[in-house]
Amino acid sequence: MRREIREKAIELFFLLNSLVVIIVLIGIFYILLSNSIPAFREIGLNEFFTSARWNPTSFSKIEYGILSKIVSTLMITFGAMIFAVPLGVATAAYLSEIADPKVRQILKPVIEILAGIPSVVIGFLGIVLLGPYIARTFNLSNGLNALNGAILLAIMSLPTIISLSEDAISAVPKSYKNASLALGASRWQTLVKVTIPSALSGIIAAIMLGMGRAIGETMTVLMATGNAPRMPSSIFSSLQTMTATIAIELGEVPHHTTHYYALFAIGLVLFVMTFIVNLVSDIILHKYQEVE
Amino acid sequence: MKKVLLMSFIMFLIVSVFVLPVQARTAFEIRGSDTQVNLTANLAEVFMEMNKDAVISVTGGGSGTGIAAIINNQVSLANSSREISAAELAQAQERGVEPVRIVIALDGLSVIVNEDNPLEELTVDQIGAIFRGEITNWAELGGNDQEISLYGRQSNSGTYVFFREYVVKADYSEDKMRMNGNAQIVEGVLNDKSAIGYVGVGYTAEDGKVRDGLKIVKVAKDADSPYVTPLDPTNVADGSYPVARPLHHYSNGLPEGMVREYIEFVLSEEGQQVAVDSGFYPITEEYREINRKNLAW
Repeated sequence: MRREIREKAIELFFLLNSLVVIIVLIGIFYILLSNSIPAFREIGLNEFFTSARWNPTSFSKIEYGILSKIVSTLMITFGAMIFAVPLGVATAAYLSEIADPKVRQILKPVIEILAGIPSVVIGFLGIVLLGPYIARTFNLSNGLNALNGAILLAIMSLPTIISLSEDAISAVPKSYKNASLALGASRWQTLVKVTIPSALSGIIAAIMLGMGRAIGETMTVLMATGNAPRMPSSIFSSLQTMTATIAIELGEVPHHTTHYYALFAIGLVLFVMTFIVNLVSDIILHKYQEVE
Repeated sequence: MKKVLLMSFIMFLIVSVFVLPVQARTAFEIRGSDTQVNLTANLAEVFMEMNKDAVISVTGGGSGTGIAAIINNQVSLANSSREISAAELAQAQERGVEPVRIVIALDGLSVIVNEDNPLEELTVDQIGAIFRGEITNWAELGGNDQEISLYGRQSNSGTYVFFREYVVKADYSEDKMRMNGNAQIVEGVLNDKSAIGYVGVGYTAEDGKVRDGLKIVKVAKDADSPYVTPLDPTNVADGSYPVARPLHHYSNGLPEGMVREYIEFVLSEEGQQVAVDSGFYPITEEYREINRKNLAW
């Protein structure tokens, strides 16, 4: 009897712990939403989402359009994925299928260390190393642009993509591979035609999580992309992302003004974007587990 | 054993009664302008050298951040490279804060280009047109056929506001890159042959010489005026350099105690020498008069 009560109490304790996370999440969402609503009311949804001009401290005409910021954010996020996906998946395939166990024992922790490098350090490298290199290579006047940000974000999302893809590829049943090899396929054919397609949903989930990491990244893009507010026209444009805008402007904005609420509204849009990305990866992951 | 405990308890009492209040009375914080961060840190260092029981911490964040901190009564002094705005003043008074303006040094806000740029001089109007995005190629000003890349500060910067108010006189071009500090602008201009940027004069020099790879543009009020350099202190002092500006501390009410001693030091001959050593210029009689009036000393 006593033991039952104690077990119930412990169970309740753990339940409360997990509830805390949900309460915090709901709280954050509530604060974002309640502070964003005045912005939508004062600015209007139309201007907020369709205007590309953001200038809350303007000399002549105050405007709150976040279109160019959404485009900028998506541009460097997808740009980052173009670099990170092939590299990440290839590395994961190598690690789980080809690499010698000894090599893997060294490589895997090293890749995970990459995840631990502070974003401000990566941003700094973007300014002093990658920027000048891009400028020289493409004969530009400077290298503070979308390409710089995309490459840095690719580096930052690589550990997530590699580590989760590797898990997915390792989880492919050995019988699939054996069957393929027995039918006379080479190791390469087996890898490309059998193993990777079988692990595809896990790999896609890994990519989505890496993408969620890239969308929300702030310091690196703030330092390396130049922060020009214009709508970007090419990968060599200097641009300002949604995260950078919030980080730069929230420090000095007077509270409870339209500008203040508008920054929360950007935060809300960003939250919804990362939420969708995470949701999609979750759905894909679930599908993959069902197949198992 | 008991004796030791008792002794340490008494020691603890003595420490908390005598030492802690002294520390609380003499530690204060200065926050704001990134342009003034080095200057103020140098001033604080020399002052702390002279007053062993003073503890001053200096942080940046931009003039807007500093003024917000004084309005919210979070710091003893704000650093600001622009004057407080009417809206900010009203906000402060609403909260019972009385900002007092103290001019601590002068800055010849410098327009900088890469050393490889053949251009030597510009008028204020031309600089304004460049930063408004009306002039986009150096060839239009007799330079190389190159797109101009613009480097400037972010909107929380006093330099951003001052330069817009007095030089650009409209919104900045959307192509202007918003950098995180004076040092980043200098870094950008050093690496970019078609760059133009604006920074506090204290950031253009290293060991008393203009930094390698950097060129400071001579500026004229209009096409008929002489082109002058901000590197000569007399040009800034006599007002012939057109983008000179005062650098401020703002306090809440008249400074008292250690803060007052610090301000007295800053305005003294010695303090002004520190400003000069940091690459800025001493205040002129005109601003001394303003300080006397505001501080009622």
